[in-house]
Amino acid sequence: MIAPLIRMAGVSVAYGNAAPVLSRIDFVLNVGEIVTIVGPNGSGKSTFLKAALGMTKPLVGTVERENRLRIGYVPQRLHLDPSLPLTVARFVKLGQFLDRNSIDSLLSRVGVPGVADRDLATLSGGQFQRVLLARALAGKPQLLALDEPTQGLDQPGIAAFYRLIEDVRRELGCAVLLVSHDLHVVMSASDRVLCLNGHICCQGTPSAVSAAPEYRALFGLGTGGALALYQHNHDHAHDHPDHAAAHEVHVHDP
Amino acid sequence: MILDDFMLRALLAGAMVAAASGPLGCFVIWRRMAYFGDATAHAAILGVALALAFSISVFLGTLATALLMAVLVSTLAGRGWAMDTTLGVLAHSALALGLVAVSFLPAVRVDLTAYLFGDILTVSWSELWVIGAGAMAVLGLLLWRWRSLLTATISEELAQSNGIRPDLERLVLTLALAITVAASLRVVGALLIAAMLIVPAAAARVYARSPEGMAILAVLLGWIAVSAGLGLSLSLDTPAGPSIVTAAAAIFTGSVAGAGIWQRLRRHD
Repeated sequence: MIAPLIRMAGVSVAYGNAAPVLSRIDFVLNVGEIVTIVGPNGSGKSTFLKAALGMTKPLVGTVERENRLRIGYVPQRLHLDPSLPLTVARFVKLGQFLDRNSIDSLLSRVGVPGVADRDLATLSGGQFQRVLLARALAGKPQLLALDEPTQGLDQPGIAAFYRLIEDVRRELGCAVLLVSHDLHVVMSASDRVLCLNGHICCQGTPSAVSAAPEYRALFGLGTGGALALYQHNHDHAHDHPDHAAAHEVHVHDP
Repeated sequence: MILDDFMLRALLAGAMVAAASGPLGCFVIWRRMAYFGDATAHAAILGVALALAFSISVFLGTLATALLMAVLVSTLAGRGWAMDTTLGVLAHSALALGLVAVSFLPAVRVDLTAYLFGDILTVSWSELWVIGAGAMAVLGLLLWRWRSLLTATISEELAQSNGIRPDLERLVLTLALAITVAASLRVVGALLIAAMLIVPAAAARVYARSPEGMAILAVLLGWIAVSAGLGLSLSLDTPAGPSIVTAAAAIFTGSVAGAGIWQRLRRHD
């Protein structure tokens, strides 16, 4: 039995003296597993990710990570002050040693070839997300952690970005821990979905979660029609085993 | 022209201050800490008053008050105080309190203008050693922590995911800022230290393609400003510190204008 990458037991997180953002979290992330975290705004999704990665210390409870776990982190947003001159290539090799060829092939892999010498500030939103992903992949991570990586992308952009993550994950065999603000698009790729609202409301396979009353109470049913439809097309292209999950969401739309 | 001994000392003192304030100034700009630098520098006047009152070294007195101010500002900011207001209150209070405190000292002992605007032309060899040690300490700190400082500046979250602690890096910058203030007080004075941090680095931004390039260029432009300012001071008998900052401002204006013209020319090609 291979040890899990991350094991959280009885974890609560609070900022300052405020009420806990997260309470009584028990969670295990296994090697190669794709877990999507969903929940309404302020439900503690980002905090969950930070606690799991060791970026935030829990108030109580324990977080164990595999020794020297290699993490590739894609932050929610990155505001770069325009006074800081930084090329894409320099950003990608931030904190790690990479030669020019590796940088170029990484950038090609994530679908933005030829931007290596451009200033980071000149990229579009979609290009920037892909460069963030390239940087996260540069260290050949065992765990790819993404915090709402598709903010600001349009729907085709979101679908393409998730497809890219799926492909990359297949190649690297890394685990993926993804915080999402939209359940419908990411469902098919996930082994497990965690529905969060200050605590873990429900978790399980995408189809189980989308059928769970806790999930429906949080998200309702009518919000994701267009995206679920897009998901449907996307599934056809990839012939994914979790096709049924997308269907289920779609079917329940009024 | 024969380089007089006092000119040589002034040049060396200015060059060493510029060497430290160039790269540090880049971080001040990147992290939008400009006003923070002002507050720390203004606190130095209070340090001068305390040092003279208790007969300790002025360098140590200013270092201590600058450090105290920097830590105070960081702490208040960390507790969610509005940065703009906090700094506005602290910077001017520190300056005013310092000026009031100085007025209690016997007038013969304090030449206030020397601390407000610097008196680089009277820097002694022993003071030069202190300035040099301070500048080297700042450069050493920045070089040692460069990669993590830069990563934490680009994104605190990315830094954390790489095992870097942004709060420690902030502390490093705070310490470097306090040392720079203490070392620069005799050179450009409390009122203009922030200018030596910001103006050369801002001028360097126009041409820089990388963070390191910007830091190195800021040092070079700082050196030019020091030489030109001292030359100006010598030939026109103007105050040295303000002359150096005036030269730096001219370099900044030239850089920005030059870059604008260059871009326009390229567009016409």
